[in-house]
Amino acid sequence: MFVPPDHFELFNLTPRFELDAATLDSAYRSVQAQVHPDRFAAGSAAENRVAMQWATQANEAYRTLRSPLKRAAYLCERAGVPIDAESNTAMPAEFLMQQLQWREALDDARASRNGASLQALDDKTTSERDRLLGEIAQALDVASDPAHAASLVRQLMFIEKFSTEIASALEALRDNRASA
Amino acid sequence: MALLQIAEPGQSTDPHHHRLAVGIDLGTTNSLVATVRHSNPVVIDDAEGRSLLPSIVQFHANGTTDVGYSAQKRQAVDARNTVVSVKRLMGRGMHDVEHIENMPYDFVDAPGMVQLRTVAGVRSPVEVSAEILKKLRKRAEQTLGGDLVGAVITVPAYFDDAQRQATKDAARLAGLNVLRLLSEPTAAAVAYGLDQGAQGVYAVYDLGGGTFDISILRLTKGVFEVLATGGDSALGGDDFDQRVFCWLVEHSRLLPLSAQDTRLLMVKAREAKERMSTEPEVRVNAVLSTGEVIDQTLTSREFARMTQPLVQKTLSACKNALRDANLKTNQIDGVVMVGGATRMPHVRHAVGEFFGQAPLTNIDPDKVVALGAAIQANLLAGNRAPGDDWLLLDVIPLSLGLETMGGLVEKIIERNSTIPVARAQEFTTFKDGQTAISIHVVQGERELVADCRSLARFDLRGIPPMPAGAARVRVTFQVDADGLLDVNALEIGSGVQASIVVKPSYGLSDDDVTRMLQESFGSADDDMRRRALREQQVDAQRLIEATRAALAADGDLLSSEERTTIEQLIAALSDRTRGDDHIGIKTLIEALGQATDDFAARRMDRSIRAALAGRRIDELAGVGGRAE
Repeated sequence: MFVPPDHFELFNLTPRFELDAATLDSAYRSVQAQVHPDRFAAGSAAENRVAMQWATQANEAYRTLRSPLKRAAYLCERAGVPIDAESNTAMPAEFLMQQLQWREALDDARASRNGASLQALDDKTTSERDRLLGEIAQALDVASDPAHAASLVRQLMFIEKFSTEIASALEALRDNRASA
Repeated sequence: MALLQIAEPGQSTDPHHHRLAVGIDLGTTNSLVATVRHSNPVVIDDAEGRSLLPSIVQFHANGTTDVGYSAQKRQAVDARNTVVSVKRLMGRGMHDVEHIENMPYDFVDAPGMVQLRTVAGVRSPVEVSAEILKKLRKRAEQTLGGDLVGAVITVPAYFDDAQRQATKDAARLAGLNVLRLLSEPTAAAVAYGLDQGAQGVYAVYDLGGGTFDISILRLTKGVFEVLATGGDSALGGDDFDQRVFCWLVEHSRLLPLSAQDTRLLMVKAREAKERMSTEPEVRVNAVLSTGEVIDQTLTSREFARMTQPLVQKTLSACKNALRDANLKTNQIDGVVMVGGATRMPHVRHAVGEFFGQAPLTNIDPDKVVALGAAIQANLLAGNRAPGDDWLLLDVIPLSLGLETMGGLVEKIIERNSTIPVARAQEFTTFKDGQTAISIHVVQGERELVADCRSLARFDLRGIPPMPAGAARVRVTFQVDADGLLDVNALEIGSGVQASIVVKPSYGLSDDDVTRMLQESFGSADDDMRRRALREQQVDAQRLIEATRAALAADGDLLSSEERTTIEQLIAALSDRTRGDDHIGIKTLIEALGQATDDFAARRMDRSIRAALAGRRIDELAGVGGRAE
C-alpha cells in the first residue's frame, strides 16, 4: 500500500504559510526528476505503478502548496482544523454585509456594462484578498491560531469566487466589444 | 514480467549495450519513424531514400495490404479499399466524423468506433493504423538491424481518452512496445529545446493534416512544463483541401460525383493547396470519368479568403490556451511552427501577426515531431547519457467528469492538470435501499453530459441497503503518464469496490490483441519453437537471478509466507528450465512475475524513499544539490 508523505515533507520544506515560490518550483522539479514514470518507462509494471503514485502525489502536493488558498487550507487541516466550507457557513456579520454590497455592485455593473466600475470592484477585491492573506500568514506562522486562520480561509474562498465572477464579467464585456 | 533490478533508475543495466528505440509520428497525411544514432536524432528513410510514409492503406482481396506510396498511386482507382486520413476516424463514431459523406468508404456503423467494409473484410481504424505502424516498424528494424525495445508514439495534444486508447491499441497490434504516448507539440518542443538550448515560454502551433494543437510550454533548465494546451482534433490541412474541393465543385457546376471522381478531385485540391505555398496562382486541370473537363484557376487571394474561417478557428484556440496559461502574447518568447500545413504563407502570416513575432521554422515542420519522439524514446528506453536529465511534464487537454442528476457533468479533473494526476469525489445514493449506482464517465468542457464525449459506463453493485444519502461512494480518477484514464469506485462503509480501466466499449481487450498478433504471425515452425525455448530459458534464468538478488537485498519486506511462495516458484522454474517445454517455462515465468509484483512495488517504494532522503542529506550538506 502506498502511504503518501506529507506535502511539505515531500518537498523538504518547513510547514509554514510564507513560502518562496521559486524554492517550491525547484523542489517540485527536483522531486519529479527522481520519481516521474518516464524514469522507469523501460522497467516493470510494478515500478511504473509505484512511480505513477509518487509522481501523482508530487503533482497534488505542488498544486496544493502553489495556491495560497489551498496551502492555507492544508495547513489548517494539518493542524487539526478542517475548513469544512459546506457545513461551516458562519461568517462575521460585517464581512457578509460587505459581500452583499459588492454583489449588488457587480450585478449593477454587469447590467449597465460599466467597465470602469467592474475594474474598481476588481481592485477592491484584490486588496481585500491581499489583506486576508496577510492576516492568514499572521494567524498561521506567528500566532499559531489555526482556528482563526480557518475562518479567514473561508472568507478568502468567498473572495476568490467573487473575483472569478468579476473576471468573467470583464471578459464578456471585452468579447462583446471585440465582436461589435 | 516483474523486473527487479532497481540499480540506477533510467540507466541501462549494461551501459555498452544500446537499446533500439524509435519515435513514431503517426500522422493524418504522412507518418515517420526516427531514432537516435550516435547521439543525433535522425529520421529513418525507406530503401528509396524517402522519409515520409503516406498514411494510406490499400486492402486487397487476398488479404495482403499496400501501405504508403504504392497505395497512394491507386487511391483514385480503388477508392473504396484505399484508406486515407484514418487518424480522423480513430476513437470516433460515425456521427462524430465531419464530411463523412465525402469519404468514399463503405462504413459500418459499429457501436463506438466506426468500421470500414473493404474487399478484405471489415476493418477498424485501429487495424488500419496498425498496418501503417507495422510498415514503419519493419523499416526501422531493417535499418537498425535488430528488434526494437520500444517506441514513443505521438498523438495530438488535443486527443481525448478514446483517441489515445485507440492509438495505443494500434501500436500494440503492430507488435510495438509503447514506451509512452507523447503529445505532438511537446515532442516538437523537445526537439527544439534540446537543439537550440531554448529557455522561456514557448507556444507550439501545430497544424497537421487532420488535427490542430496549440501548446504553451515553459522551458527551464531541462524541464519542459506544459502550461496549457488547446486545439481541435478535427481541423487540419485536410480541411483546407476540402474548401478547395468544394470551390472546384461549385465553380465547375458539377453534379454528384462518383467515389472515384471525388477522390480524383480531392487529390487535385490537395496538389493545388500545396502549390499555393510557393505560387501566386494555380491552374487545376482534370478529366472526370464522365468525360467532363475541369479547368479552374485559383489565386492566393481567393485561397486565403475561402480558408480564413479555418485560420480564425486556430487563432481562437490560441487565445483560449493563453488565457488558461494566464499569459499575454507579449510574454511568449518564441512561437514554434509544426506540421506540413504551416507551410501555407497566409497561415504563417496570421500566426506571426497574432503573437506579434515571426514564428520559428528552422526545423523541418514535417519531421520535428518524429525527431522529438525519437529523442524521448531513446531516453525512456534507458539509453541515458551523462547530462541527459530533462523531464517532460504534460497535461490532460480536456476535463474529465461524471454524470450526475439531471444529465449534468460534475468535473473531477480539470483540463490542463499536470499528469499523472488522481482525484477523488464522494457521491451518495438518492433512494432508500439503493444497492447499485451507475457511473458514467465523460470528457469535455460543457456542462451537459449530452455535449461531452462519453468514455465509459459501469455499475457499482452490492452496496448494502441503507437510507438515501447514507452510502458514501468514493469515485477515484487516475490519469497515467500516457494521458489514459482509470476509474475506481468504492463504497466506503462496506468496502464494495468496482473499477475499470476506461476502455471505450469498442477498445480491444488484451485477448483480442494476443489473438490478432498470433494470427498475423501464423503457425510457428520448428525453428521458431527452438528459438522460443531458448529465449524462455534465458528469460527464466535472468528472472531467477534477479529475484534471488532482490530477496538477498530486501527480503525483510516480505512475510515468511510470501517468501516461501516465491522460493517455491523459483525452485519449480529452475527445474522446468532444464526441460524443453517452452510453454511450461513461460507459464512459470508469469507465475513468478505475478508472485513478485507486490514485492517489486515495495522495493521500488523503498528505493524512491531512499532516493528522496538522499537528496535531502545532499541538500543539507550542500553537496550535489541543484544550482537552482
